[in-house]
Amino acid sequence: MVVWTEFERTTIQDIFSKMNYDIVGQQALARCLIVYPWTQRYFGNFGNMYNAAAIMGNPMVAAHGKVVLHGLDKAVKNMDNIKAAYAELSVLHSEKLHVDPDNFRLLGDCLTIVVAAQLGAAFTPEVQAAFQKFLAVVFSSLRRQYH
Amino acid sequence: MSLTAKDKDVVKAFWGKISSKADAIGQEALGRMLTVYPQTKIYFAHWPDCSLGSAQVKKHGKTVMGAITDAVGKMDDLIGGLSSLSDLHATTLQVDPENFKILSHNILVTLAVHFPADFTAEVHVAVDKFLAALSAALADKYR
Repeated sequence: MVVWTEFERTTIQDIFSKMNYDIVGQQALARCLIVYPWTQRYFGNFGNMYNAAAIMGNPMVAAHGKVVLHGLDKAVKNMDNIKAAYAELSVLHSEKLHVDPDNFRLLGDCLTIVVAAQLGAAFTPEVQAAFQKFLAVVFSSLRRQYH
Repeated sequence: MSLTAKDKDVVKAFWGKISSKADAIGQEALGRMLTVYPQTKIYFAHWPDCSLGSAQVKKHGKTVMGAITDAVGKMDDLIGGLSSLSDLHATTLQVDPENFKILSHNILVTLAVHFPADFTAEVHVAVDKFLAALSAALADKYR
């Protein structure tokens, strides 16, 4: 059972309530595809991803980034039972999408950096710790149904 | 994942922009690492205070970032250039090389916080590759 402090709960709710999902989703996914180009393997039908500019301007990347970020909503709203909330998504990522779970960490790192750039000095070490703990729980739950 | 000529140019250009704040970046990256990854504190058990504002973190952050800035000028031969630092980390400090990735991540976060416009995805990938190559060079003498 994950134990959240008051600070951690408030921090996570705060970050996500103020977040522009369209922008952050697109930025995080695009950055992941640029910084870790092997992640492009999962998006063969996304069209032009030949360079950073193409990826940044790609509308399918933007649309999918939004989908992924809204997927995190489930965890934000069910912080006390992320494991259960993500059971189906975990099966999806394993059985249907065949995503190497290491990629969750890569996307998570890019998301952390995008959020850090947005929040600036407000992204203190303590806020970073809460955010990264939240992502770690999400990724562990997403990995749970892999076999 | 070796550094291309373009990677080196991008890293040098970006470092030119951040060099005046290098000490503060080093301090903050180290402070973030010690807070977000508390297991890294084991290497600093002799410090009275591992928080971001402590004198030890400030001084050591400056030392570490100074060495990294130095390495920007040695990108054509990181293994050779970092040989004695690798000896130090391998035999005296015995830092588990996994921690180099952790510190690198916190350097990237700090850069994003302070240079949101300049730390584009293209700069991010070049700096990430540089830090990875630096980490490999630092681990070169381990065994």
